[in-house]
Amino acid sequence: MVDVLTGTYTVKAGHAQMLKGGVIMDVVNAEQAKIAQEAGAVAVMALERVPADIRADGGVARMTDPSIIQNIMDTVSIPVMAKCRIGHFVEAQVLEAIGIDYIDESEVLTPADEVHHVWKHDFQVPFVCGCRDLGEALRRISEGAAMIRTKGEAGTGDVVEAVRHMRAVQDAIRKLKNMPEDELVVEARNLAVSLELLTQTREQGRLPVVNFAAGGVATPADAALMMQLGADGVFVGSGIFKSGDPAQRGYAIVQAVTHYNDPKILADVSKDLGEPMVGISARSIPQDELLAPRSI
Amino acid sequence: MRIGVLAVQGDFAEHIAILRKLNVECLEVRLPEQLDDVNGLIIPGGESTTLSRLMSIYNLREPVQAMARDGKAVWGTCAGMIMLASEITEADPVPLQLMDIGVRRNAFGRQIDSFEQDLDIDGLDTNGLEPEPFHAIFIRAPVVMRVGDKVKTLAALADGQSVAVRQGNLLATAFHPELTSDTRLHQYFLNLAAVPAGPSGQGG
Repeated sequence: MVDVLTGTYTVKAGHAQMLKGGVIMDVVNAEQAKIAQEAGAVAVMALERVPADIRADGGVARMTDPSIIQNIMDTVSIPVMAKCRIGHFVEAQVLEAIGIDYIDESEVLTPADEVHHVWKHDFQVPFVCGCRDLGEALRRISEGAAMIRTKGEAGTGDVVEAVRHMRAVQDAIRKLKNMPEDELVVEARNLAVSLELLTQTREQGRLPVVNFAAGGVATPADAALMMQLGADGVFVGSGIFKSGDPAQRGYAIVQAVTHYNDPKILADVSKDLGEPMVGISARSIPQDELLAPRSI
Repeated sequence: MRIGVLAVQGDFAEHIAILRKLNVECLEVRLPEQLDDVNGLIIPGGESTTLSRLMSIYNLREPVQAMARDGKAVWGTCAGMIMLASEITEADPVPLQLMDIGVRRNAFGRQIDSFEQDLDIDGLDTNGLEPEPFHAIFIRAPVVMRVGDKVKTLAALADGQSVAVRQGNLLATAFHPELTSDTRLHQYFLNLAAVPAGPSGQGG
């Protein structure tokens, strides 16, 4: 009898490999999910409110009602992701119980634990987590994250923080690659990560898992910018369904991620997209209202 | 020998890494003219609805169908297998209808049902030794529901469902050899690409 293994780290991280070069779109109902699938999304993130509305509404943001998520899962054939609060392992258990394909342990929701993240190795379902730098990324991976996304600043339509975080990760990896071996122990201590994981990252010359960009992507050019900076793919939250023509914009961003190195195609797909989401400058947001610093 | 890897979406970089390990020249294919100079094409794992959309927008369907008809080798892994099928169990995506197989998407369920297991595959080079199983990784994988007369099953699961099939110079696997360090299936594909079949792809 052949051993059949499910829920292994290989199949969790392997799923993220299949999403590469793709766009994951935030949706709040089945109708939006269908539009996203039609536009060529590789997955959808099922939410009650997109980040721009969470930001505007204030209050406590929690896991989405499972019936909304289930309705979306029943409507599309592409993978469906959903968010749990940071450290809220019971929300994660609930999402796993309804058969979600991927859990985003997300700073966009109000954290449930300011010290600990979910111990993601305990789950069959894979997790994606946000990061602002290499240390955060590797700490999440050691907790079991099978995919990483840079945090950016969700719900702003301002790409500046996504750029900052992607550059921070790439810069730290470049530095790591050129670092003499005898400095690695101190670097591991500085980043609060294991020497083993740091060494693996150094040898691979990249994060050991897939790394998407997120938080502020609103246009095809934004998406291609993140790809040229080294992202494996892109999450678009409020940027699509807060714009004037979501179907057209979604379709354009999908093409921009495939042809991210071809300015002529980028020019073509950037035309006649209607109004982008209005957006707010990340710099104008008071420090205590920023989402990205909610976990370290 | 030059192998194209369809690079519109999915894990094309993993296929390229294995081909490089085998010292094969590779080309990322995003536009039709990039297919002109390749001896074979790999359609990687990814999201089949997305692959299908992007192949349509950038007019990649007809040239891929033409190269398969001309006897060049084409291999689809997972989403790639779905694209090679004659028919699938849903209306969307629209497959290329190159192989005489019927395929069911997400045949094992959702991501939590994704699995890995050892698989015996016919026809792999054993270097004169006992054949060793291939470690196969199935991620939201499809399965072959109908195997046409001219199609050979190379590997099946314990319940008899086909997960690796060949028809002339066309190859399809429901799992992801590109996520392992095992190069044997890539070598198998390169052998197909080295000897073009006659027109209509029925040779070999």
